[in-house]
Amino acid sequence: MKLNKICAALAACGMAFGMSTASAQKLSDDKIVIGFITDMSSLYSDIDGPGGVEAIRMAIADMQKEFPGKKIELVFADHQNKADISSSKVREWIDQGGADVIIGGTNSATMLAATKVAAEKKKPIIHVGAASSRLTNEDCTPYSVHYAYDTIALAKGTGAAVVKTGGKSWFFLTADYAFGHSLEKDTGDVVKAAGGNVVGAVRHPLSASDFSSFLLQAQNSKAQILGLANAGGDTINSIKAANEFGVTKNMKLAGLLMFINDIHSLGLPTTQGMFLTDGWYWNQSAESRAWAQKFFGKMKRMPSMLQAGDYSAVTQYLMAVKTAGTDDADAVMAQLKKQKINDMFAKGGYIRPDGRMIHEMYLMQVKTQAESKEPWDYFKVAQTIPGEQAFQSLEQSRCAFVTKK
Amino acid sequence: MELFGIPLSALLSQLLLGLVNGSFYAILSLGLAVIFGLLNVINFAHGALYMMGAMFAWMGLTYFGLNYWVTLAVAPLLVGVFGVIIERLLLRHLYKLDHLYGLLLTFGLTLLIEGFFRSFYGVSGLQYNVPEQLTGARNLGFMILPNYRAWVVVASLIVCFGTWYVIERTKLGALLRAGTENAKLTEAFGVNVPLMVTLTYGFGVALAAFAGVLAAPILQVQPLMGSNLIIVVFAVVVIGGMGSIMGSILTGLGLGVIEGFTRVFYPEASATVVFVIMAIVLLLRPAGLFGKEK
Repeated sequence: MKLNKICAALAACGMAFGMSTASAQKLSDDKIVIGFITDMSSLYSDIDGPGGVEAIRMAIADMQKEFPGKKIELVFADHQNKADISSSKVREWIDQGGADVIIGGTNSATMLAATKVAAEKKKPIIHVGAASSRLTNEDCTPYSVHYAYDTIALAKGTGAAVVKTGGKSWFFLTADYAFGHSLEKDTGDVVKAAGGNVVGAVRHPLSASDFSSFLLQAQNSKAQILGLANAGGDTINSIKAANEFGVTKNMKLAGLLMFINDIHSLGLPTTQGMFLTDGWYWNQSAESRAWAQKFFGKMKRMPSMLQAGDYSAVTQYLMAVKTAGTDDADAVMAQLKKQKINDMFAKGGYIRPDGRMIHEMYLMQVKTQAESKEPWDYFKVAQTIPGEQAFQSLEQSRCAFVTKK
Repeated sequence: MELFGIPLSALLSQLLLGLVNGSFYAILSLGLAVIFGLLNVINFAHGALYMMGAMFAWMGLTYFGLNYWVTLAVAPLLVGVFGVIIERLLLRHLYKLDHLYGLLLTFGLTLLIEGFFRSFYGVSGLQYNVPEQLTGARNLGFMILPNYRAWVVVASLIVCFGTWYVIERTKLGALLRAGTENAKLTEAFGVNVPLMVTLTYGFGVALAAFAGVLAAPILQVQPLMGSNLIIVVFAVVVIGGMGSIMGSILTGLGLGVIEGFTRVFYPEASATVVFVIMAIVLLLRPAGLFGKEK
């Protein structure tokens, strides 16, 4: 309610100021409709979910002044991690709701479905939460952007760094579905290329209730590094059990997909010293800190990379609409791929022809309790990975419409 | 020494870990069996109430400074009272109807309870530390067993067999069983059957909460922890035979062990092995391993 009032107030101010500037934009239905589909209630809802909605609302509030007299609407839905719900919701928004852009949330399977619909309807879709690198390879489309991170960047960041610190032999604990397999494979390739070796892997079912059996097998492998190719609750519970069974005494853990929320949930005593790859950290710059504090005021927790990415993606989209002077999909996509991305999320970022947003990634190390000075002060940057190195190169891309050119 | 190409020590350690997991299955399926036996209600809310137990343990420690041992008694009590309220207010209206209505109601309750905790605590989970007296681990030669896991097995065996003893070997248990068999006739003997039913439901869900408190230090305490477990537990109850007390205890422990071995031989199947066994048992003995054909 309060937010609505703020939006209305902002819109009114915008109207008052806007009369004089009068840079008339050609908007379909005379408004911009943003659709946001993500996991709102289940295992991935802390890293994106309601926090992502709030981040997008913040972006709209900040950008409203650029669109005097025009309405920017947000619609959002819970895909419940089901691909069919995701694609039918996106179709409904575009067909009946007049959606101009879709912001894609967590879960690669649901986003692979949504991206097909968006391409068919020729509407931009910006993926923030999903990790699969298929979004800019086999399943790339001229209308999709992959904004925050992907599995290749995660593998390259953590895999290479850990081998460099002496972790040559790896054993994987892998979630037994497409995402886990590709993360295991991508990381294994990076480890081998860096001179390490993979001694084995054990696959556990998604949302396994107990990890002790798998961890004993990992322990018997005598590998130095235990690579956790899983996510969310599975990662958290495997780290907990690894500590309990003393696996951490002779093996180092490498979380391949971890968010600040996971660290917060586990606490520093259990996680200190771990490496992980992240695309954004709330305490990385004065700008990010200021934004994060605003977010914290609303959500009572610090934003993850995904929530910051949601904010940035919507901001950049709206900027592109403003510059292009229209919300026509082709014009906006062309503008998005032209403009430099400089905001609290990324510096000098840009969107490649295949839709991959190139920006710096960071190899983070979890601080010790002594190093952590305030709540949510969890990471120190172990290494900054330049965007060109962090992601797959365009030459290696398997994106059909790019390689054809 | 090796067996089927797997070192014996590895098998022994999986056997032990299987017993730990089996302990949870046993307590949870025991609660379900007790409730089904007397109320004929398929209590789908069992997983949510198990989660509530773990949540209460965490809240007790965080907000009131209650230690593990206190919450081990208090949390099941509170959840038990909550169960009594559910039974009095909602469930008792459904006894005359088909099983399906009880299932739907308790499923709805699950969604409500989980949604309630999710809106406050999110899904990442809350950290609950192993109580001081039980930290550390013991080297058994073939494996390192954390003390806390050993305690889980001991505690659940005591609770399970205690429950079995009360129901199968005492006067109170005899009345309960009589109530299950023929409620009207038992009432005619002056037994307050509705009260007994209410208390049984309270006790059944208190068992779930007890398992929840036991699980809190092992797993991350989070609103969805029950829904990951409950389906397997239902399979355990079906395999053991709906309503059979000893059946649910033994099946729970046994399936934990079988699941443990599967994790060594073919880890990918460890989530499905219980259901495969369920299918086979239903084909050969539709009433379950320990159930009586009616």
